Amino acid sequence: MRLAAQSGPDSLLNVSYDVSREFFRDLNAAFVTRERSAGRMLRIEQSHGGSSAQARAVADGLAADVVTFNTTTDVDFLAERGVVARDWRQRFPLGAVPTTSTMLFLVRRGNPRGIRDWADLAKPGVQVIVVNPKTGGNGRMAYLAAWGAVRDRGGSDADALDFVTRLYRNVPVLARGGRDATGAFLQRNIGDVLITFECEVISVDREFGSGRVDAIHPSASLLTENPVAVVERTVARRGSAELARSYLNFLYTPEGQEIAARHGIRPRSEAVLRRYANVFRPLKLFTVEQHFGSLAEAQRVHFNDGGTFDRIYTPGKPA
Amino acid sequence: MPAHPRHRRVATTEPAWLRRLLIGLAIGFVGLVLVLPLVAVFTEALRKGIDAYWAALVEPEARAALWLTLGVALFCVPLNLIFGIAAAWAVTKHEFPGKAALITLIELPFSVSPVVAGLIYVLVFGAQGLLGPWLVARDVQIVFALPGIVLVTLFVTSPFIARELIPLMQAQGTEEEQAALTLGANGWQIFWRVTLPNIRWALLYGAILCNARAMGEFGAVSVVSGHIRGQTNTLPLHVELLYNEYQSAAAFAVASLLALLALFTLIVKHLAERLQVRPRAPATAPNIGGIAA
Repeated sequence: MRLAAQSGPDSLLNVSYDVSREFFRDLNAAFVTRERSAGRMLRIEQSHGGSSAQARAVADGLAADVVTFNTTTDVDFLAERGVVARDWRQRFPLGAVPTTSTMLFLVRRGNPRGIRDWADLAKPGVQVIVVNPKTGGNGRMAYLAAWGAVRDRGGSDADALDFVTRLYRNVPVLARGGRDATGAFLQRNIGDVLITFECEVISVDREFGSGRVDAIHPSASLLTENPVAVVERTVARRGSAELARSYLNFLYTPEGQEIAARHGIRPRSEAVLRRYANVFRPLKLFTVEQHFGSLAEAQRVHFNDGGTFDRIYTPGKPA
Repeated sequence: MPAHPRHRRVATTEPAWLRRLLIGLAIGFVGLVLVLPLVAVFTEALRKGIDAYWAALVEPEARAALWLTLGVALFCVPLNLIFGIAAAWAVTKHEFPGKAALITLIELPFSVSPVVAGLIYVLVFGAQGLLGPWLVARDVQIVFALPGIVLVTLFVTSPFIARELIPLMQAQGTEEEQAALTLGANGWQIFWRVTLPNIRWALLYGAILCNARAMGEFGAVSVVSGHIRGQTNTLPLHVELLYNEYQSAAAFAVASLLALLALFTLIVKHLAERLQVRPRAPATAPNIGGIAA
């Protein structure tokens, strides 16, 4: 009855987040080519979906060899269930985070509202399109980026609360997910500015035609991590541990980092980052740990029911 | 106005403007709610040209999704035919304790949200589920693989054929079967010669509905699919995936394929209905009247 992807360690299943398909298609092709020249024929299968839903499926038995997510809490969720190693952060270099991204602004061509930095988003009359932090990782990162930007300039949590409250008053309606937000901004032409991941900018240009929007780099923004882990439960059964490790390590090679950069995903390699300096314009990046302790802590304080976000945002009562 | 048409109009006493208004409303509603979205699907699908449209359909992952979807339907429809006939036969031709409970159970999948249906199977067959550890130990993969997709589709589509047959067979009663019995027919003969000819159109109609749902089911399949490209991605899931990846034209191209499958199903149903109102064998005529009513 085993009809899933796995027919032996000549294949790997990578369970990943949405919108990473183009990146992994190129990366997988490069990895398969490298392995073939070493005499090993193999196939990489891909599964894409919302990062948290994917983590849930892996916990419930989806036979992933590796997970590549865009939120560390989703890997922690698997670690708590013993599906990936408890010390997954130590299993790969740089805290098992081979690539990162950050939150930027997209504005209409020519930037008619003159939006330059975070403070401009809270100005009266500016309409901000952003994902609901209760329903999407994209939205949580946008919220934390806004809050952290105030703290990063030396503001207090009270200042941050005030700023974020005013910012979310400028949100006409919260989008459910990243795709929904982009649709509202570009297809329904709602809003003056969209807060989204840096790597979305390239997809947006591809689908909606380049030149319709400009990317704005604020003075500082949040560093978001794309963590990776080997699924111990699967590799123990299939004997694919070595192959899985070699695949994830490929993400750290110059070739892997280069492919990430081509898809708008920030490489950790300084050399590659410098080569793509026109795409990844330097901006001051702060981490979740710096201002919130950890993502789990931020989740508890800000996004759980009755948390800060529930107090500042009342649906249907903007402004 | 001549007397004859006025005489004919007696049945509908509404003034002409009211009739036109009502007809206009009906056509407007159908246009807005049914035709316009259908047109939108095809215009969006062809937005990047016929070549891009075709490329989206013949791409290996889309082809795999099509075959998977057809395969699941090919598996589920015959199984549900057997189940539907057996259930309807048991419920309408026999008296037994717990019959009312059985009828309720047959309809259960209609009242359960498909997402919940999918989750039930994850809770039973998932790694953390009821049978999970037993299945993992034996290396059997049910959910996040083809068996899971087939199971939830069976669950969701199981009432369609039974629900078509039960009211009809109840209306027909058991007289003809009893007559056949007194003439010496055995069980199989009664079924093939009396019952089946009486229900064949309802059976076909039920199978068509069952097939449409089996190919179009999204919620339940989404929960148990695992979304492995080229492996466990059905057509409806493939549409969502493409859409989420900002490939709207490709998403709508695949959606148009589903729409075409639906249109094809409707045409088959229409042809079936036309055949049914033009009976060829006089012997079956009275029963056919029963369906049309």
